[in-house]
Amino acid sequence: MERAPILKLEHLGVTFPNHPVFSDLNLTIRQGEVWSIIGKNGVGKTTLMRTILHQLRPTHGKITYLPSQKDVTIGYVPQFRNIDADYPLTIKDFVGLNLTGWKLPWLSTKERAKVTKILDQTGLKQLAKRPIGQASGGEKQKAYLAQALVEAPNLLILDESTASLDPVTKTELLDLVAELNQRLNLTVLFVTHDIPMAQKYTQHYLMLTPSGIEQGPIAKLTTEKVWEGENV
Amino acid sequence: MFSYEFMRNAFAAGTIIAIICGIMGVFVIARNMSFLTHTLSEIGFSGAAFGVFAGWAPLNGMLLFTVVSSIIVGQLSARSERREAATSAISALFIGLGILFLSLANKNASYATSILFGSVIGISASDVQQMLWLSLFVLIVVFVIYRFLKFDSFDHTGARVKGLWTNVLSITFLVLLALSVSVAAQIVGSLLIFILLTLPAATAKYFAHTVGGMMILAIALALIGVWSGLVLSYVTNFPVSFFIAAIEAIFYFIALGWQRLQTAE
Repeated sequence: MERAPILKLEHLGVTFPNHPVFSDLNLTIRQGEVWSIIGKNGVGKTTLMRTILHQLRPTHGKITYLPSQKDVTIGYVPQFRNIDADYPLTIKDFVGLNLTGWKLPWLSTKERAKVTKILDQTGLKQLAKRPIGQASGGEKQKAYLAQALVEAPNLLILDESTASLDPVTKTELLDLVAELNQRLNLTVLFVTHDIPMAQKYTQHYLMLTPSGIEQGPIAKLTTEKVWEGENV
Repeated sequence: MFSYEFMRNAFAAGTIIAIICGIMGVFVIARNMSFLTHTLSEIGFSGAAFGVFAGWAPLNGMLLFTVVSSIIVGQLSARSERREAATSAISALFIGLGILFLSLANKNASYATSILFGSVIGISASDVQQMLWLSLFVLIVVFVIYRFLKFDSFDHTGARVKGLWTNVLSITFLVLLALSVSVAAQIVGSLLIFILLTLPAATAKYFAHTVGGMMILAIALALIGVWSGLVLSYVTNFPVSFFIAAIEAIFYFIALGWQRLQTAE
């Protein structure tokens, strides 16, 4: 049975003053799919993600969230966060920051349970009381992931979030994302320059290049194709 | 000491100030706004001088200037890379204006000194009441927007991704800060107000394990500084702002030393 689409990009284009970033992008992303978004620096990968996140308005075309905009909730994990090493913010508190709203300053029992559950799912339960500023690179990325997932989004964007990690930690994090994808039917957009990781962990690719846009099943993304136009 | 009404008023005002500064200070530190707070205090001086010139209570002049300018500062320095330069320019302009208003008001240097460095004896019961209402307003707004403010202050990237109105939050915070500066300047003076809005929270950062804990510790440190400062000032007749500044600075250096020891271990 074909999976239901959750995101449809039609003739999408973003132009900054005198500088078209990308144009005529057509893409359908279905529930539970894992896509890698690749392309060298400056081709518009982050611009595309910011457009999907409603932070930028497309210049052309449109994005449709299906079945409706309120049904598609997005979690975003960036590569870096500007967090002071001395902040008295434990990993548990950091994850709980994402539980906002016009509510009392402290978390309710239900909200605390949500945080505990996601810490458990991301393997951070033992590190819940560690200050986020003192966590290792891999632990921080896991904490960013847990924060993005605490509100149970159905679309997760990993924006070069494994770029600064060593190979073992990178694999650990992506194994975790793959497991969550399977268990929660989470849709994942993985922005990366790491082609072997994209080939191992994703099912589809979208390659942005200065000359155009290419997409397809990840099996068709050969190293030759990537290097042809120095595309990553 | 408590047989004098001015001392009772000073202790009541000092307690209100310590609580408000402890809470707001946590966000000032998290948002890296120490320099901006310093500027707001200088704007407060200018506002107080304007109040004197216009025949108003200095606090009302301070409120007008700090609130209006906090909105302008927020707009001008929304981009962090130009925050320092914009803040310096505004700071210079307002100190100049403060001197001009004092000169136009024909007030002598001792009047300027009491605005700049604060005064214990000048606080009346009605001043305390006005400070209490203003502080309650600040505390209620912080209580209502607490989760948004905490997210934006401690993880700005996350808050932006979440789609929080970070610019609106930033300006709201600056207005609250302006109100806090105006309230707190009554005792420590406009020149030294940033001490209470930055040092207790900066010290607490090194000892607390949670944001709530940082707030409680910052309030406690501010209370110790203000109460001890008032007692020492009463006993020695030296300015209260000197004692508060010295006590808070000592706490901060102890915290830095403790942090170094921890890192070295």
